[in-house]
Amino acid sequence: MMQPIVPRHVYYWVYGVLLALTLLTVGVAFLDLGHLNLILALSIAICKALLVMLFFMHLRYSSHLTWIVAGAGVIWLAHLLIFTLSDYLTRGWLPVGAW
Amino acid sequence: MEGNGALAEQFDDLAQQHEAASLGMWVFLVTEILFFGGLFAGYTVYRATYSEAFREASHHLDLLLGSINTAVLITSSLTMAFAVHNAQEGRRRALIVFLLLTMIIGAVFLGIKVTEYAHKYEQDLVPGIRFAYGGPHPGQVQLFLIFYFVMTSLHALHLTIGIGLLGVLAFLAWRGHFSADYYAPVETSGLYWHFIDIVWIFLFPLLYLIGTH
Repeated sequence: MMQPIVPRHVYYWVYGVLLALTLLTVGVAFLDLGHLNLILALSIAICKALLVMLFFMHLRYSSHLTWIVAGAGVIWLAHLLIFTLSDYLTRGWLPVGAW
Repeated sequence: MEGNGALAEQFDDLAQQHEAASLGMWVFLVTEILFFGGLFAGYTVYRATYSEAFREASHHLDLLLGSINTAVLITSSLTMAFAVHNAQEGRRRALIVFLLLTMIIGAVFLGIKVTEYAHKYEQDLVPGIRFAYGGPHPGQVQLFLIFYFVMTSLHALHLTIGIGLLGVLAFLAWRGHFSADYYAPVETSGLYWHFIDIVWIFLFPLLYLIGTH
Protein backbone atom coordinates (compact mmCIF):
# COMPACT_ATOMS: atom_id res chain seq x y z
CA MET A 1 0.00 0.00 0.00
CA MET A 2 2.81 2.45 0.78
CA GLN A 3 4.85 1.25 -2.11
CA PRO A 4 3.31 0.04 -5.32
CA ILE A 5 3.42 -3.75 -5.26
CA VAL A 6 5.55 -4.95 -8.14
CA PRO A 7 3.80 -7.68 -10.14
CA ARG A 8 5.43 -11.10 -9.91
CA HIS A 9 6.10 -11.40 -13.62
CA VAL A 10 8.46 -8.40 -13.40
CA TYR A 11 10.61 -10.32 -10.91
CA TYR A 12 10.64 -13.37 -13.19
CA TRP A 13 11.71 -11.23 -16.13
CA VAL A 14 14.48 -9.55 -14.19
CA TYR A 15 15.66 -12.94 -12.92
CA GLY A 16 15.70 -14.34 -16.48
CA VAL A 17 17.66 -11.37 -17.81
CA LEU A 18 20.14 -11.59 -14.91
CA LEU A 19 20.81 -15.26 -15.64
CA ALA A 20 21.12 -14.56 -19.37
CA LEU A 21 23.62 -11.76 -18.69
CA THR A 22 25.62 -14.11 -16.44
CA LEU A 23 25.85 -16.64 -19.29
CA LEU A 24 26.76 -13.84 -21.68
CA THR A 25 29.55 -12.51 -19.50
CA VAL A 26 31.04 -16.00 -19.08
CA GLY A 27 30.75 -16.66 -22.82
CA VAL A 28 32.31 -13.35 -23.82
CA ALA A 29 35.19 -13.95 -21.42
CA PHE A 30 36.35 -16.88 -23.57
CA LEU A 31 36.82 -14.63 -26.61
CA ASP A 32 40.08 -12.73 -26.84
CA LEU A 33 38.99 -9.15 -27.41
CA GLY A 34 41.90 -7.32 -25.82
CA HIS A 35 40.81 -4.34 -23.75
CA LEU A 36 37.21 -4.91 -24.79
CA ASN A 37 37.07 -7.96 -22.49
CA LEU A 38 37.32 -5.81 -19.37
CA ILE A 39 34.99 -3.15 -20.72
CA LEU A 40 32.35 -5.73 -21.67
CA ALA A 41 32.62 -7.61 -18.37
CA LEU A 42 32.22 -4.39 -16.38
CA SER A 43 29.39 -3.10 -18.59
CA ILE A 44 27.47 -6.33 -18.11
CA ALA A 45 28.11 -6.22 -14.36
CA ILE A 46 26.85 -2.62 -14.22
CA CYS A 47 23.70 -3.61 -16.17
CA LYS A 48 23.08 -6.47 -13.74
CA ALA A 49 23.63 -4.23 -10.72
CA LEU A 50 21.22 -1.63 -12.15
CA LEU A 51 18.55 -4.29 -12.73
CA VAL A 52 18.91 -5.52 -9.15
CA MET A 53 18.76 -1.98 -7.78
CA LEU A 54 15.85 -0.78 -9.92
CA PHE A 55 13.57 -3.77 -9.51
CA PHE A 56 14.65 -6.07 -6.66
CA MET A 57 15.58 -3.11 -4.47
CA HIS A 58 12.52 -1.15 -5.65
CA LEU A 59 14.58 1.91 -6.53
CA ARG A 60 12.42 2.47 -9.61
CA TYR A 61 9.43 2.87 -7.30
CA SER A 62 11.21 4.86 -4.58
CA SER A 63 11.30 8.58 -3.81
CA HIS A 64 13.79 10.98 -5.35
CA LEU A 65 15.47 11.28 -1.97
CA THR A 66 16.32 7.57 -2.12
CA TRP A 67 17.68 8.05 -5.63
CA ILE A 68 19.94 10.84 -4.40
CA VAL A 69 21.29 8.72 -1.54
CA ALA A 70 21.92 5.74 -3.81
CA GLY A 71 23.50 8.02 -6.41
CA ALA A 72 25.74 9.58 -3.73
CA GLY A 73 27.17 6.13 -2.99
CA VAL A 74 28.04 5.60 -6.61
CA ILE A 75 29.50 9.09 -6.98
CA TRP A 76 31.77 8.70 -3.93
CA LEU A 77 32.91 5.32 -5.18
CA ALA A 78 33.71 6.95 -8.52
CA HIS A 79 35.75 9.61 -6.68
CA LEU A 80 37.68 6.90 -4.87
CA LEU A 81 38.47 4.99 -8.05
CA ILE A 82 39.10 7.95 -10.37
CA PHE A 83 41.43 9.85 -8.03
CA THR A 84 43.33 6.69 -7.11
CA LEU A 85 43.77 5.67 -10.73
CA SER A 86 44.63 9.19 -11.87
CA ASP A 87 47.71 8.76 -9.70
CA TYR A 88 48.72 5.17 -10.37
CA LEU A 89 47.92 5.02 -14.08
CA THR A 90 49.70 8.26 -14.93
CA ARG A 91 52.99 7.53 -13.17
CA GLY A 92 55.75 7.52 -15.69
CA TRP A 93 53.94 9.73 -18.18
CA LEU A 94 56.33 12.60 -17.55
CA PRO A 95 60.10 12.21 -17.41
CA VAL A 96 60.44 13.32 -13.81
CA GLY A 97 63.50 12.15 -11.96
CA ALA A 98 63.37 10.46 -8.58
CA TRP A 99 62.78 12.82 -5.65
CA MET B 1 -5.90 0.96 8.02
CA GLU B 2 -3.91 3.37 10.13
CA GLY B 3 -3.94 3.69 13.87
CA ASN B 4 -3.75 -0.08 14.35
CA GLY B 5 -0.43 0.11 16.17
CA ALA B 6 1.77 -0.17 13.09
CA LEU B 7 2.45 3.56 12.99
CA ALA B 8 5.03 5.02 15.36
CA GLU B 9 3.98 8.41 16.72
CA GLN B 10 6.83 10.44 15.20
CA PHE B 11 5.60 9.76 11.65
CA ASP B 12 2.70 11.38 9.81
CA ASP B 13 1.58 8.23 8.07
CA LEU B 14 2.68 4.71 7.18
CA ALA B 15 4.14 5.78 3.85
CA GLN B 16 6.48 8.25 5.55
CA GLN B 17 7.43 5.69 8.18
CA HIS B 18 8.20 3.14 5.50
CA GLU B 19 10.28 5.57 3.49
CA ALA B 20 12.30 6.58 6.56
CA ALA B 21 13.15 2.91 7.16
CA SER B 22 14.29 2.13 3.65
CA LEU B 23 16.11 5.45 3.31
CA GLY B 24 18.05 4.65 6.49
CA MET B 25 19.01 1.31 5.02
CA TRP B 26 20.19 2.97 1.81
CA VAL B 27 22.41 5.31 3.85
CA PHE B 28 23.94 2.26 5.54
CA LEU B 29 24.42 0.59 2.15
CA VAL B 30 26.31 3.67 0.90
CA THR B 31 28.80 3.15 3.73
CA GLU B 32 29.00 -0.49 2.66
CA ILE B 33 29.69 0.52 -0.95
CA LEU B 34 32.68 2.52 0.25
CA PHE B 35 33.75 -0.24 2.64
CA PHE B 36 34.00 -2.70 -0.23
CA GLY B 37 35.10 0.14 -2.52
CA GLY B 38 38.47 0.39 -0.79
CA LEU B 39 39.16 -3.24 -1.63
CA PHE B 40 37.96 -2.79 -5.19
CA ALA B 41 40.24 0.25 -5.56
CA GLY B 42 43.21 -1.69 -4.19
CA TYR B 43 42.43 -4.56 -6.51
CA THR B 44 42.19 -2.20 -9.50
CA VAL B 45 45.58 -0.62 -8.77
CA TYR B 46 47.38 -3.97 -8.56
CA ARG B 47 45.41 -5.41 -11.45
CA ALA B 48 46.66 -2.50 -13.57
CA THR B 49 50.22 -2.86 -12.27
CA TYR B 50 50.55 -6.67 -12.47
CA SER B 51 47.94 -7.47 -15.13
CA GLU B 52 49.85 -10.43 -16.56
CA ALA B 53 50.28 -12.13 -13.17
CA PHE B 54 46.67 -11.44 -12.21
CA ARG B 55 45.43 -13.09 -15.41
CA GLU B 56 47.67 -16.05 -14.73
CA ALA B 57 46.46 -16.31 -11.12
CA SER B 58 42.82 -16.06 -12.17
CA HIS B 59 43.26 -19.36 -14.06
CA HIS B 60 43.57 -21.11 -10.71
CA LEU B 61 40.05 -20.16 -9.64
CA ASP B 62 37.24 -22.60 -10.41
CA LEU B 63 35.21 -20.87 -13.13
CA LEU B 64 32.46 -23.51 -13.10
CA LEU B 65 31.84 -23.25 -9.35
CA GLY B 66 32.07 -19.46 -9.54
CA SER B 67 29.46 -19.32 -12.31
CA ILE B 68 27.15 -21.73 -10.47
CA ASN B 69 27.49 -19.59 -7.36
CA THR B 70 26.57 -16.48 -9.34
CA ALA B 71 23.37 -18.18 -10.49
CA VAL B 72 22.72 -19.44 -6.95
CA LEU B 73 23.02 -15.96 -5.47
CA ILE B 74 20.81 -14.39 -8.15
CA THR B 75 18.22 -17.08 -7.37
CA SER B 76 18.39 -16.18 -3.70
CA SER B 77 17.73 -12.56 -4.67
CA LEU B 78 14.61 -13.69 -6.53
CA THR B 79 13.30 -15.62 -3.53
CA MET B 80 14.13 -12.63 -1.29
CA ALA B 81 12.16 -10.36 -3.63
CA PHE B 82 9.24 -12.79 -3.34
CA ALA B 83 9.55 -12.76 0.46
CA VAL B 84 9.18 -8.96 0.43
CA HIS B 85 6.35 -9.27 -2.11
CA ASN B 86 4.43 -11.64 0.17
CA ALA B 87 5.10 -9.44 3.18
CA GLN B 88 3.61 -6.49 1.28
CA GLU B 89 0.49 -8.53 0.60
CA GLY B 90 0.31 -9.73 4.18
CA ARG B 91 0.72 -13.45 3.40
CA ARG B 92 2.45 -14.78 6.49
CA ARG B 93 2.98 -18.40 5.47
CA ALA B 94 4.40 -17.53 2.06
CA LEU B 95 6.64 -14.91 3.68
CA ILE B 96 8.09 -17.51 6.07
CA VAL B 97 8.52 -20.06 3.27
CA PHE B 98 10.41 -17.61 1.04
CA LEU B 99 12.57 -16.39 3.92
CA LEU B 100 13.58 -19.97 4.73
CA LEU B 101 14.13 -20.71 1.04
CA THR B 102 16.39 -17.66 0.73
CA MET B 103 18.36 -18.78 3.78
CA ILE B 104 18.82 -22.27 2.32
CA ILE B 105 19.99 -20.94 -1.05
CA GLY B 106 22.35 -18.56 0.75
CA ALA B 107 23.73 -21.54 2.68
CA VAL B 108 24.25 -23.42 -0.61
CA PHE B 109 26.34 -20.47 -1.83
CA LEU B 110 28.46 -20.63 1.33
CA GLY B 111 28.83 -24.40 0.93
CA ILE B 112 30.14 -24.04 -2.62
CA LYS B 113 32.46 -21.26 -1.43
CA VAL B 114 33.88 -23.50 1.29
CA THR B 115 34.43 -26.25 -1.30
CA GLU B 116 36.40 -23.77 -3.41
CA TYR B 117 38.47 -22.73 -0.40
CA ALA B 118 39.20 -26.41 0.35
CA HIS B 119 40.39 -26.93 -3.24
CA LYS B 120 42.68 -23.94 -2.91
CA TYR B 121 44.12 -25.45 0.25
CA GLU B 122 44.77 -28.77 -1.49
CA GLN B 123 46.45 -26.94 -4.37
CA ASP B 124 48.74 -25.05 -1.94
CA LEU B 125 47.22 -21.74 -2.99
CA VAL B 126 46.31 -20.20 0.35
CA PRO B 127 48.69 -17.27 1.04
CA GLY B 128 50.06 -17.19 4.54
CA ILE B 129 48.81 -20.64 5.44
CA ARG B 130 49.84 -23.04 2.72
CA PHE B 131 51.34 -21.53 -0.38
CA ALA B 132 53.66 -23.11 -2.93
CA TYR B 133 53.63 -21.85 -6.47
CA GLY B 134 56.00 -23.02 -9.20
CA GLY B 135 54.99 -20.69 -12.04
CA PRO B 136 56.31 -17.22 -12.86
CA HIS B 137 55.48 -14.21 -10.60
CA PRO B 138 54.77 -16.21 -7.40
CA GLY B 139 54.66 -13.02 -5.30
CA GLN B 140 52.14 -11.30 -7.55
CA VAL B 141 50.01 -14.44 -7.82
CA GLN B 142 50.01 -14.51 -4.05
CA LEU B 143 48.82 -10.90 -4.01
CA PHE B 144 45.91 -11.76 -6.32
CA LEU B 145 44.95 -14.66 -4.07
CA ILE B 146 45.08 -12.40 -1.01
CA PHE B 147 42.58 -10.10 -2.73
CA TYR B 148 40.52 -13.16 -3.68
CA PHE B 149 40.40 -14.50 -0.14
CA VAL B 150 39.85 -11.18 1.63
CA MET B 151 37.12 -9.99 -0.75
CA THR B 152 35.23 -13.27 -1.01
CA SER B 153 35.46 -14.01 2.72
CA LEU B 154 34.27 -10.51 3.56
CA HIS B 155 31.41 -11.10 1.14
CA ALA B 156 30.71 -14.49 2.75
CA LEU B 157 30.71 -12.82 6.18
CA HIS B 158 28.03 -10.41 4.96
CA LEU B 159 26.04 -13.31 3.59
CA THR B 160 26.32 -15.16 6.90
CA ILE B 161 25.02 -12.08 8.73
CA GLY B 162 22.23 -11.90 6.12
CA ILE B 163 21.22 -15.50 6.77
CA GLY B 164 21.11 -14.75 10.50
CA LEU B 165 18.94 -11.68 9.87
CA LEU B 166 16.49 -13.66 7.77
CA GLY B 167 16.33 -16.29 10.52
CA VAL B 168 15.26 -13.60 13.00
CA LEU B 169 12.71 -12.29 10.47
CA ALA B 170 11.28 -15.78 9.90
CA PHE B 171 10.89 -16.19 13.67
CA LEU B 172 9.22 -12.78 13.99
CA ALA B 173 6.95 -13.54 11.03
CA TRP B 174 6.00 -16.83 12.65
CA ARG B 175 5.09 -14.87 15.79
CA GLY B 176 2.80 -12.68 13.67
CA HIS B 177 4.98 -9.60 13.93
CA PHE B 178 4.45 -8.36 10.36
CA SER B 179 1.44 -7.24 8.36
CA ALA B 180 0.71 -5.51 5.08
CA ASP B 181 0.97 -2.25 7.07
CA TYR B 182 4.23 -3.07 8.79
CA TYR B 183 6.92 -5.03 7.01
CA ALA B 184 9.80 -2.50 7.03
CA PRO B 185 12.30 -4.99 8.58
CA VAL B 186 11.61 -7.41 5.74
CA GLU B 187 12.04 -4.68 3.15
CA THR B 188 15.29 -3.35 4.65
CA SER B 189 16.76 -6.84 5.11
CA GLY B 190 15.84 -7.44 1.47
CA LEU B 191 17.82 -4.33 0.49
CA TYR B 192 20.81 -5.69 2.41
CA TRP B 193 20.49 -9.10 0.77
CA HIS B 194 20.32 -7.62 -2.74
CA PHE B 195 23.33 -5.45 -1.95
CA ILE B 196 25.35 -8.59 -1.16
CA ASP B 197 24.22 -9.95 -4.52
CA ILE B 198 25.47 -6.79 -6.25
CA VAL B 199 28.89 -7.08 -4.59
CA TRP B 200 29.17 -10.62 -5.96
CA ILE B 201 28.02 -9.44 -9.41
CA PHE B 202 31.21 -7.33 -9.51
CA LEU B 203 33.49 -9.80 -7.74
CA PHE B 204 32.67 -12.59 -10.17
CA PRO B 205 33.97 -11.03 -13.42
CA LEU B 206 36.87 -9.25 -11.70
CA LEU B 207 38.19 -12.39 -10.00
CA TYR B 208 37.07 -15.32 -12.16
CA LEU B 209 36.80 -14.01 -15.69
CA ILE B 210 40.05 -12.13 -16.27
CA GLY B 211 42.15 -15.12 -17.30
CA THR B 212 39.82 -17.23 -19.42
CA HIS B 213 40.63 -15.96 -22.90
